[in-house]
Amino acid sequence: MDWFVFVVAGALAIAGALGVVLSRNPVHAALMLVMSLLAVAVLFVEQKADFLAAVQVIVYAGAIVVLFLFVIMLIGVDRPESLTVEPLRGQRPFAAFIGVAAFAELFFLVRLQGASGRRASAGSLTSGHESNVERLARPLFTHYLLPFELTSALLVVAVVGAVVLSRRERAVTVGEGEGEG
Amino acid sequence: MVPGSWFLGLAAILFTIGAVGLLVRRNVLVMFMCVELMLNAVNLTFVTFARMLDDIGGQVVVFFVLVVAAAEVVVGLGIIVAIFRRRHDATADDVFALRG
Repeated sequence: MDWFVFVVAGALAIAGALGVVLSRNPVHAALMLVMSLLAVAVLFVEQKADFLAAVQVIVYAGAIVVLFLFVIMLIGVDRPESLTVEPLRGQRPFAAFIGVAAFAELFFLVRLQGASGRRASAGSLTSGHESNVERLARPLFTHYLLPFELTSALLVVAVVGAVVLSRRERAVTVGEGEGEG
Repeated sequence: MVPGSWFLGLAAILFTIGAVGLLVRRNVLVMFMCVELMLNAVNLTFVTFARMLDDIGGQVVVFFVLVVAAAEVVVGLGIIVAIFRRRHDATADDVFALRG
């Protein structure tokens, strides 16, 4: 049963990722991204990361992709993009070479059985009778409290930055505005 | 239980697809989605190592990656909207206003 779930979810994740890269329409790419993210959420559940799977569905599929779709609709770029023309000469072979090299490197690292590192002191994943949320929350609010607080500062900075970036520039200066008023 | 190395291999495949897509595609929004794919593959790697080492720390890191990814998407899409408002164009090759 584990293998069945893994094979199906993995195939869906790879198909969704390929769909993102190969679909000509950005809207289709966003929907393929949702498929890939949901499949990875299933893989999270299979690996005892229940809370992260829920967050993955809510934040990624629910918020981030919706934001993507909003922007696609807002700026009207749902025109299909031709994938047959190569805008820069020699770009595709170079990209393929880098892809093969990166995959070979990662695969080599996997074959090395690299999960032999020292354990952090954050807590166990399986021992005891706590739920996954409790296990995750305890180190988050004790051992990783400072990064957690820094995260809130990061979110505030991101919100302010987004507002500043998307604010429409007013052509009138203050003096002219007073003259008109 | 499926061995962790299979999950790591799957994450490697997903990361490679995202990287190649980022290099090949010229639509800024699709390039952004490919970045999300790569981040997602890394998250899968973290969760897999958390299971293999029986340590919750990997999942805590994934939590932080999710938050940072959300902030990054907000700022990145804001930049894209600002560029579109000025240039009305969708491809990365046409944005060379910073060229010296």
